[in-house]
Amino acid sequence: MILFFMFAFLAVMFFIGLWSARLTQRAEGGFLEEYFLGGRGMGGFILAMTLTTTYISAGSFLAGPGVAYSMGLGWVLLAMTQLSVGYLVLAVLGKRFAIVGRKINAVTVVDFLQQRYRSKAVVILASLGIIAFFTAAVSVQFIGGARLFESVTGYSYRLALLIFAGVVVLYVTLGGFRAVVFTDTVQGVVMFCGTAMLLVAVFLHGGGVHNVMLKLKEIDPSLITPFGPDRFITIPWIMSFWVLVGFGVIGLPQVAVRGMAYKNTKAMHQAMVIGTIFTGFLMLGMHLIGAVGQALLPDIEAADTVIPELTKLTMAPWLAGIFLSAPLAAIMSTISSQLLVLSSAITKDLYLNYINPEADENFIRRLGMIVTGISGIVVFVLALDPPDFLVWLNLFALAGMETTFLWPTLLGLYWRRANAPGAIASIIVGVSTYIAFNSYWPRPFGTHTIIVPLVLALLAFVVASYLTPPPAPETIRRFWGK
Amino acid sequence: MFKEEQHFEIDPRYKQAAREAWIGIIVFFLNIAWWFAFAYGLGMRPPEEYSYVLGFPAWFFWSVIGSFVIFSIVIYLVVTLLYKDMPLD
Repeated sequence: MILFFMFAFLAVMFFIGLWSARLTQRAEGGFLEEYFLGGRGMGGFILAMTLTTTYISAGSFLAGPGVAYSMGLGWVLLAMTQLSVGYLVLAVLGKRFAIVGRKINAVTVVDFLQQRYRSKAVVILASLGIIAFFTAAVSVQFIGGARLFESVTGYSYRLALLIFAGVVVLYVTLGGFRAVVFTDTVQGVVMFCGTAMLLVAVFLHGGGVHNVMLKLKEIDPSLITPFGPDRFITIPWIMSFWVLVGFGVIGLPQVAVRGMAYKNTKAMHQAMVIGTIFTGFLMLGMHLIGAVGQALLPDIEAADTVIPELTKLTMAPWLAGIFLSAPLAAIMSTISSQLLVLSSAITKDLYLNYINPEADENFIRRLGMIVTGISGIVVFVLALDPPDFLVWLNLFALAGMETTFLWPTLLGLYWRRANAPGAIASIIVGVSTYIAFNSYWPRPFGTHTIIVPLVLALLAFVVASYLTPPPAPETIRRFWGK
Repeated sequence: MFKEEQHFEIDPRYKQAAREAWIGIIVFFLNIAWWFAFAYGLGMRPPEEYSYVLGFPAWFFWSVIGSFVIFSIVIYLVVTLLYKDMPLD
C-alpha cells in the first residue's frame, strides 16, 4: 500500500514535468527566459509554494525534528526563526529586484551580478560558488531522499537512489523552471496536509497536549524550557539563527531568483501572506512533532528517524504511505530548484557569457537540457558512494552560499556606490573567514559561526568599494534610471 | 554624491519599493522582539513554576504559536494597507 502511494506520487511528478515541457516548448519568449525563469509568469500561490518549498528541505522534515527530539521545545523556538523566510525575502528584494530583472533582462542571480558589476572575476567566483556548494547540497539531499525511499520500500540503497533521482532529474531536465515550480506547488500541498495529519495523530496518541507536556517534563524538565538539556541553546547562539535561516536566506540564489520570476505585484503580495502562513505552520508543526516524539517513543536510537517512526506508530498503514510522501516532497522540491540553478550557472553564466556568446537559439535549447541532465547524473554518481569531501563541503553549503551572494546581491541592488572590487572582496573575505572560524573558533562570543564572517564580508565590501573608483555611470543609469 | 545623477531621472517606482523594503525589515525586527520577549520573559523561571495555556507552557504558546498567528495577520495587514500595486515592466 505504501509502495503504491510512493509510486503514484512519483508518477504524478513525472507527468507534471512532461506537461511543463510542452508549455515551455510552445511559449513565445526566448528559450533561456522560459527554461530558467518560466517566462516571469508566476501567480501568488505558486510563487509562495515554490519559494518556501525550495528553502524547506530534508532538514525541516528529518534532521530538524530529530534535533527537536533530543532538545525539546527550545528547538521548536529556534526553528521559528524561519518564519521570516515567508515574508522577508520578497519584502527586501521586493519589487526593486523584479523591476531591475526586467530592465536588464536578467534570468539568473549571477546574470544580475554580471550586469551590475561588469566583472569577469565576480561572475567566475559566483559561478564556482554555485557549482561547489550546490553539487554538495544536492547530493546530500539525494542521499537523504534515497535513504528514506529505501527504508519505506525495502529496496537497496542503489535502486532507491536510481528511482528517486531518476524521476527528479528527468522532470527538471525536460520541464525546466515550470516543471520545478508546478511540482513544488503539488509537493507543498502534500507537505502541508501531511504535517497537519501527523500533528493531530501525535497529540491524540499522546492523550492531549497537556498530558504530553507533563510527560516531557517528567523525562527531563529542561525539555520544556527554551534552553534544552544542559542549556545547550544559549541566547546569543539562538539569536544568530535570525541571520542564518532568516535574513541570510535573501542571499540564496535559488530563493532570490524567484524574486524576479513573478507575474505582477499582486502575486507578490499574496505570496508574502501565503508563504508566511505556510512556512510558520510547517516549521512549528514538524519540529513540535519531533519534540513530542520524545514523550511517545523515548528510546529511538537514531533521532533522524523520529518522523518515520512516529508515522508508523500513530497512523494506519495506508495513511502512513501518504504521509511519508511529505518528506520526500520536501527533498524533491529543494533538489529540483538547486539543480536548475546549477545548470543555469554552467549554461548561461559561464558558457554563454564567456565561451560562446554567439550560440544560436536551437543550440542553447539543447545545451540547457543536456547540461541539466548531466549535472543531475554527476550528482547522482556522487551520491552513490559519497566521498568525504562532499560531506565536508555540505557543512559549508548554506553558510557558503549566503556569504557568497548576500552582500553582492543586496548592495548591488540598493547601494549605488557598490562596485566590483567590493563584491570580490566580500566574497573572498566571507567564504575564507567562514571556513577559518569554523575550524578554529566555531562560536565566537557565543554566536553561530555565520555572524562574524558576514559582518567582515560587509566591511570588506564597503571598504574595498570606497578605495576604488565608483561603477560606470552607464551602469548606474541602467539600473536606477527610468 | 556623483555628477551623473544630475543627468538622469531616478525610476519613480523605486521610492515606494524602498519604503516597502523598510517596512519588511521593521516587521522582521518586531517579529524578533515579540518572539524574544515571550520566550525569555516567561521561560526563564524554573519549569516547576510554569503556567500553561491550552496545555502548552505559557512561554511556548505566546512566543512560538503566538508569533506565528500574530505575524501572519501583520503581514496580511501590511500588504493590503501599506503595499501598493505597480507595473513591473
